[in-house]
Amino acid sequence: MVGKPSVKGRVWQRRDRRERLIRYVVLLLSLTVLYWAVSDVDIFWPWVWDAPNQIGRLGARMWPPDPRDLGEILGALLETVHIATLATALTLFVALPVSYIAAQNTTPNRACLWLGRFILVASRSVNTIIWALLFVAIFGPGVLAGILAIMFRSIGFVGKLMGEAIEEIDRRPVEAMQATGANKAKVIAYAVVPQVMPAFFAIVILRWDINIRESTVLGLVGAGGIGVILQGAIDTFAWPTVATILIAIIALVLLGEAVTGVLRSRVI
Amino acid sequence: MTTRSSADGERRVRRTWHRPPFIANRALRYGLWLAVAGYLVWALGTLPFNWERIAEGVPRAARIFGGGFPPSFDRADLLFSGFKESLQIAILATLLGVMLSIPFAVMAARNLVPRPVYVVGRAVIIVSRSFHPVIVAILFVAAVGFGPLAGILTLTLYSIGFVGKLLAEEIEEIDWGQVEAMKATGAGYFATLVYAVFPQILPRQVGLSMYQLDSNLRASAVVGIVGAGGIGSTLMNAFGRYDYDFAFAILLVIIAVILVSEGVSGWMRKRIW
Amino acid sequence: MLEITKLVKRYGSDEPVLQELDLRVAGHSVVAIVGASGAGKSTLLRCINRLVEPTSGSIKLNGTELVTLKGAALRRARRKIGMVFQGFNLIDRLTVMENVLAGRLGYVNLYQAVTRRYPQADIERAFALLERVEIAHYANKRADALSGGERQRVGVVRALMQEPEILLADEPTASLDPRTSEQIMRLLQSLASEMSLPVLINIHNVAQAKAYTERIVGLRHGKMIFDGTPAAFTREALEAVYGGIEAPDEAVTEPPAASPRKGPRGVTHDDPL
Repeated sequence: MVGKPSVKGRVWQRRDRRERLIRYVVLLLSLTVLYWAVSDVDIFWPWVWDAPNQIGRLGARMWPPDPRDLGEILGALLETVHIATLATALTLFVALPVSYIAAQNTTPNRACLWLGRFILVASRSVNTIIWALLFVAIFGPGVLAGILAIMFRSIGFVGKLMGEAIEEIDRRPVEAMQATGANKAKVIAYAVVPQVMPAFFAIVILRWDINIRESTVLGLVGAGGIGVILQGAIDTFAWPTVATILIAIIALVLLGEAVTGVLRSRVI
Repeated sequence: MTTRSSADGERRVRRTWHRPPFIANRALRYGLWLAVAGYLVWALGTLPFNWERIAEGVPRAARIFGGGFPPSFDRADLLFSGFKESLQIAILATLLGVMLSIPFAVMAARNLVPRPVYVVGRAVIIVSRSFHPVIVAILFVAAVGFGPLAGILTLTLYSIGFVGKLLAEEIEEIDWGQVEAMKATGAGYFATLVYAVFPQILPRQVGLSMYQLDSNLRASAVVGIVGAGGIGSTLMNAFGRYDYDFAFAILLVIIAVILVSEGVSGWMRKRIW
Repeated sequence: MLEITKLVKRYGSDEPVLQELDLRVAGHSVVAIVGASGAGKSTLLRCINRLVEPTSGSIKLNGTELVTLKGAALRRARRKIGMVFQGFNLIDRLTVMENVLAGRLGYVNLYQAVTRRYPQADIERAFALLERVEIAHYANKRADALSGGERQRVGVVRALMQEPEILLADEPTASLDPRTSEQIMRLLQSLASEMSLPVLINIHNVAQAKAYTERIVGLRHGKMIFDGTPAAFTREALEAVYGGIEAPDEAVTEPPAASPRKGPRGVTHDDPL
């Protein structure tokens, strides 16, 4: 059987000609884009080869971490947590109504639907840092700008996910409530709210976790929190202090993750 | 009537009803409210609000928005070159990050590597995920100077953390039978990876790469604010020079680009799978 | 010639799964290994190609001691041992041809493996074997597009691509319908005689074992309690092997459930080794 003459010299190719052609075209396009990106980008190449050195040297300057300002750092961490928490809490007051009007099945009318969607998109497309930049320009450097920045970014996130949760609810309880003659508010209270409650807690906890991370950088544009002293330490080349701050940030983020993990298993 | 006159005459219908509270324990329920109130007082009391400066906010906002409208596209060339740089940063960082994420994902997959390697792989991923890209960017700016290089390095690290974590989880869930079959043929470690592991994670990897390109494009607008190149740097400069009309033009274009990129990336992911 | 002496396998500190097992397979005979779930059939096969590490004992294939082999030497030994799996263990996303060629992974280098540049002789052998099992027209189909019987044929061809000196088949028909499993058994039987290959088949279906093999080995609690011709495998022998544990599949050709079986000691087909 193995000696069947028909198989002699048979070739096998993994793909047929058309597939190969498509692959070559895609490859060529990708390489062109890559070539364009590499050749056109404004990089001074000798610096690139020197970069590992520079990064190593920076790392060496940070070692060992300097714990002298630990008290101040912990204070700033606490401020960071406050910003994240207060902003998350404030977000709810805006995000819930917006999600209500932005959900297809609960929106009062088309105009409200589009208004809701516009608010969500605008909020999500502008990054927290950019919001912070704007609010620092308006209210001056400080925690208020930070809280507002985090809040304005969170509205889109919470609102979009809540809107989706509302759109996915079971219609039948809503109909049952309407059949009793309840008005809109009562229908929401009895048929919508109980159904979206678990999603609501999950989203809020998730966003709080994200907000903790985001609020660590607010200070870099002057909007309060740990970022302010990080920027200060970098500006004064106090690298060992920078290292301490970085370690503190990792600890905070991991702690936040642990807390949200516990909350999630408890509440949901 | 029937109820009351039924055989059990003494028992009466209950006249009051309260909704059972969400938290059954009364002390805990009120304690929680108290804790929330206490927290608010504490947090708002200790946070340093500069009320005088905040009070100036309204006229300032009026000035900023007054200066910002209508947005000015007079310096479209600057806008264009900023975006071009952001796109280049995003492309290069995605490419580097996605390629480097594969070895790190393998290192961080419990089922493929010995314990010490796993610990190192996980540690790299955890650390690169703990820092917001802006913090990483500011450090890279300090190390290698202002410009797109710092941005590329930052977003590469960011991509390694994100893609690496999800890929590692995917690897830990692969069908192990295929790995066994390759081992049984006498294939070496890397041949086993290429034949039994990579085909299984490929669809996920492609999807993640698309997502990451979109995500890096967004992030490249942000890391520029601390000097790592791209449109973010242009935006920062406009803000710094009180060029609010130009800044608003940049913002509008950023929003538009993000929406388009989100749509394209979503469509591609759906098409590929 | 395969010589197993005093083979012991113990998972953790449990009762050993294989207790000082001795087995000699000479020439090119087809040997069926029967026994209840958890009797140690699968472990025995996996000890031979070291997908499971034996605790003690010796396994010699044509004079080479397999138990002590490590690294490259182990891989060289493995490529001489073909294995067919219950769940086929094909790489779903690759084509039939790639799956078949994967049987050569122990022979080709990594570059050839990654670029699929296999030697012409391998490709001819692959086509010849695919023709032999009548699925050559599927060469460029994806493995997950095939039916169960076709997939198992790919699995058999992959094992034969290794130019094995012995073929191990771990419940090769358990995931197939009765008619297809008869076909696969017949195929294994005729391939064994065509290629003068000894074949060890773990099988749950006693009727098929009697019909398609020349020798039956009965395991119970890791000990060999029967070794003889199918004719000698009487009702008493059957009772000795399966008695009081579960009903065997004698006379009935109904295949057992398609899901991998889990033995009482956690010996599964996806053992993480």
